Amino acid sequence: MSAEARNEAKNPIENFLRMDRIPHIWCSGCGIGTVVSSFADALSRSELDLDKTVIVSGIGCTGRVAGYVKLDSFHSTHGRAIPYATGLKLGNPELKVVVFSGDGDLFGIGGNHFIHAARRNMDLTIICVNNFNYAMTGGQVAATTPTLANLSTAPYGNFEYPFSLPYLADACGASYVARWTVLHMRQVTTSIMEALNHKGLSLVEVITPCVTLYARRNRLGDGLNLLKFYYENSEVRHGADTRTLDIGFQAKITCGKFIDRQKPTFLECMNQHLSKTLGGKYIPYGVKP
Amino acid sequence: MKTRKADPKGVLAGAHYLDGDFAIAEGALAAGCRFFAGYPITPSTETAERFAERIPFVGGVFIQMEDEIASITALIGAVWAGQKALTVTSGPGFSLMMENIGLACMQEVPLVIANVQRGGPSTGLPTLTGQQDMMQVRWGSHGDYRIIALSPDSPQECFDLAIHAFNLSELYRVPVFIMTDECVGHMHEKVVIPPADQIEIVERKWYTGPKDKYLPYKPDADQVPFMIKAGDGYRFHTTGLTHDERGYPVINAECQDWCVRHLCDKIDKNADKIIKFEEDQTAGAEVLVISYGITSRVSVKAVQDARRQGIKVGTLRLVTVWPFPEKRVRELAAQVKAIIVPELNLGQVIKEVERTTAGRTKVIGVPHCGGWVHDPNDILQAIKEAVK
Repeated sequence: MSAEARNEAKNPIENFLRMDRIPHIWCSGCGIGTVVSSFADALSRSELDLDKTVIVSGIGCTGRVAGYVKLDSFHSTHGRAIPYATGLKLGNPELKVVVFSGDGDLFGIGGNHFIHAARRNMDLTIICVNNFNYAMTGGQVAATTPTLANLSTAPYGNFEYPFSLPYLADACGASYVARWTVLHMRQVTTSIMEALNHKGLSLVEVITPCVTLYARRNRLGDGLNLLKFYYENSEVRHGADTRTLDIGFQAKITCGKFIDRQKPTFLECMNQHLSKTLGGKYIPYGVKP
Repeated sequence: MKTRKADPKGVLAGAHYLDGDFAIAEGALAAGCRFFAGYPITPSTETAERFAERIPFVGGVFIQMEDEIASITALIGAVWAGQKALTVTSGPGFSLMMENIGLACMQEVPLVIANVQRGGPSTGLPTLTGQQDMMQVRWGSHGDYRIIALSPDSPQECFDLAIHAFNLSELYRVPVFIMTDECVGHMHEKVVIPPADQIEIVERKWYTGPKDKYLPYKPDADQVPFMIKAGDGYRFHTTGLTHDERGYPVINAECQDWCVRHLCDKIDKNADKIIKFEEDQTAGAEVLVISYGITSRVSVKAVQDARRQGIKVGTLRLVTVWPFPEKRVRELAAQVKAIIVPELNLGQVIKEVERTTAGRTKVIGVPHCGGWVHDPNDILQAIKEAVK
């Protein structure tokens, strides 16, 4: 029964969700829904025209976000949310384009697209839910899995080095980078708002418990335990050197806003360069007269 | 179907000396394509280069992506944003695009992909011709779906079919492929580009009803659903998952049946309107040569020689390879002693000829691994064998 039928006050984020698709598929204790709430909160407080705000997801647990958010929403293929979003942005530069996906999707299979979108400073807001594993397929090791964590395809513990996403994003040219754990709800909302208002490529990484797989295999307790653990073992260091942001197994998580710089986006570079080189014969693209 | 005249900004009217790759770029611009995303690969790169050179003066975007996967996916996004979009590639890049070609089919996104074929498999013959991706274009992505594939035999036809490809893609909300090859791609010939007011452009089938009634995947009478674009306030959803009329995922056999049959029906039921071919001297022919692309031009010499020797040879040149002109081939099969199918592969389209004719006539292939075109004598020999 809907809130309206029950004659109850609507949850304020219902306006941002496809309520005809709720309940969602996420496990109880999963942090993805909380990040979606922060995102909805950020949207409600932003001055964006929501008809011109679109969301793209890839595949995986977080890949389902686009299906629940009541914007023009695009569920693409595994790893390809960023090029899909690039097409939308360049196809109509008036759109505010948000990519909402998981660590495996954006930085495993889709890593090549992230590094090039960051290099180009493509005007995209990227929200990455990092739960340290491939959850939809049953808890396999990922590019973000902390060394020594145990997963179904690392049954004796992970012996690889994980990516530090802020360090990677910084090196590739992203112009806004922040990281929080999911219990930092207000900070997550603030960072998403800043990212939405930022011109250029922004990345907001949110560390989130995967209760059913990552937590269970590593005997880390239930969702609440892990939420608290991540929160209590975090330290906030705004502007920290991105070389110092590695995440060890059940170790300290450095949070904060690390990068916030202004530089021309892909389209600005294109228009500026071609106008300068070709003069009046160049027809600027996506620029309102 | 709504049509309008081409936007003169993209039309380089006049007579030109162009190669097939350049002609594809010009055809796309004439058709109103203002978005290109691609990755360099021989022998298709010239199309990208031409587009990059021309687009600043037409108004649009060229972006060289990080790979072919990104290129095809960016096209899908750009089309949802309202653009007409083109990419071009060859064998290895075509293989990389396959998954997202499936996404474009599933989300019913009109776009155009040119494959300037080279010899394969793998890296194969980067600089030399082939026609070995003809089955891949039909079946290459996983699952059941339909596409449209055209095969130009000259730079002029590269231009003409590029426009036609965009028109078909808009009519049927489907990816359309220009399956050319290295020979035609790099062949320089006269290309006449007509003035804009002589070029008919099919408009996207835009939805105009009330916003809350819009269903992105509800088939219209012609099987094709209406389209909208991102940013127009519909707050719609689209997915690569099996979906219902709303575009919402539904994971069961019943919806799968509805969804997949729809993707196939909209092409199958319109096949007669889509299919184009060229026939020559088929009335009374005892032998029929079926060919497409560069091979049809090589066949001309063999057919002329055979006719000089008194053999009644008719030709059927496939302009549309997929959907395959089953009806016409079946009719002709009832009349001829044999059908000869030369192609630059070890037997691809011939399989469709055999399936269609189902033993009604002899079907003789003239296979070739690619790297160069047939010796016309090989095709002539096959024709002579057929009437022996």
